[in-house]
Amino acid sequence: MTYFADVAALARKDILLELRSRDTLPAMLLFVVSALVVFHFSLPSDASATASTGLLWIALLFTALLGLGRAFTAEREQRVLDGLVLAPCDRSAIWLAKSLGVLAFLGVAEALALPAYALFFEPVGWELVAAVLLANLGLAAVGTLLAAMAAASRARELLLPLLFLPLVIPVVVGGVGATVVDNPGRYLGFLALYDLIFAILSWASFEYVVAE
Amino acid sequence: MSLRNNRAVLLAAAASVLLVAGLALALFWAPEDADQGFSQRIFYVHVPIALTAYACFGWGAWKALRLLWTRDSRYDLESYTAVHMGVIFGILTLVTGSIWAKISWGVWWTWSERQLTLFLVLFLFYCAYFMLRFSVESGPRRANLSAVYALFGVALIPVSFLAIRLAENFIHPVVFTRDGPQMSGSMFFVFCVCLAAMLGLFASLYTNELMGKRLDARLRELREALE
Repeated sequence: MTYFADVAALARKDILLELRSRDTLPAMLLFVVSALVVFHFSLPSDASATASTGLLWIALLFTALLGLGRAFTAEREQRVLDGLVLAPCDRSAIWLAKSLGVLAFLGVAEALALPAYALFFEPVGWELVAAVLLANLGLAAVGTLLAAMAAASRARELLLPLLFLPLVIPVVVGGVGATVVDNPGRYLGFLALYDLIFAILSWASFEYVVAE
Repeated sequence: MSLRNNRAVLLAAAASVLLVAGLALALFWAPEDADQGFSQRIFYVHVPIALTAYACFGWGAWKALRLLWTRDSRYDLESYTAVHMGVIFGILTLVTGSIWAKISWGVWWTWSERQLTLFLVLFLFYCAYFMLRFSVESGPRRANLSAVYALFGVALIPVSFLAIRLAENFIHPVVFTRDGPQMSGSMFFVFCVCLAAMLGLFASLYTNELMGKRLDARLRELREALE
């Protein structure tokens, strides 16, 4: 049970830090709305509804990227990560807590993005909401691990998109598929499978990313 | 050291003989394909290269797993070399696949060819592997990060394959249906020779590259000891 207490404490720290400093979340919110507005102008007026669905997924992906780029900034600047690694807790708890924080920010950003999408483009159906919720899990799990990797490198912010985008192509396929086809079950199942595989892999390998 | 050199020379010789034999068999001995004619013979190069690329990535991931398991730093170089070879074979797969697509369907690139799309995704993924490696100081940290990333790669292969199959349903209607090659016995034999040749080429290149890199590291150590 101490494991979950550690996770809760660490996640609480991240969310409290964000509530006080308001560094990341307002930027994510503003970004996702700006992206949707830019997409309106980049789509020809006779574009189909499915085109805007694809663009919504790109907007969500890049919003996640924006949040992930900041995920380990505080730890790196104050050298907190060394302390966390030395703390007598399971290192995967750090990953889980950080993922929960990322998941929360992503959820808030989407709570704004989906109504905005419905307002500007197309109505939002239940399958889009389900796909977004499932995709969030995978994006947060994989993204947090890769953000930790990128934070350890010299290139940092530059490296994260390069690591992140090829790995989340299946998420885009699952998400767009679930939204545009008549029978979204297979695609939602695929998203769940992706979440499961990569969450387990990230959970198991995070220790090697932060430890020397 | 001489024993190891001998092995490398033997491997290189075997790979060369197999390559020449495989190409000769593919070009002159294998029966002409009824549908595609002469152009089908690129199959004997393209598919073995693709399978070898998978073998490289798999081997790299296996060495990465060994590294994380045993924390023995020599696996780092082995994993890196295997992934390096995998990327080279991956580029060759993309090039040969593109040539085949141009001859068969008249376009240099088609998203409906699953394997090619998969290789493009893998190519992007493993290019980022190099970016990651070159932006971290060498040491156990870099070894760990590279190993974890290489392991993600082998998980990504089946997941991406599934994703690409699913994506075909809505992104691209299947325009070009290509029946699986109806391989006769002699065709299959030539294919096996070519596959053995490519695997031999990989083994030979891998051994040489690894020897070179180890020599490099040893030289650096000696130079540092002298200074």
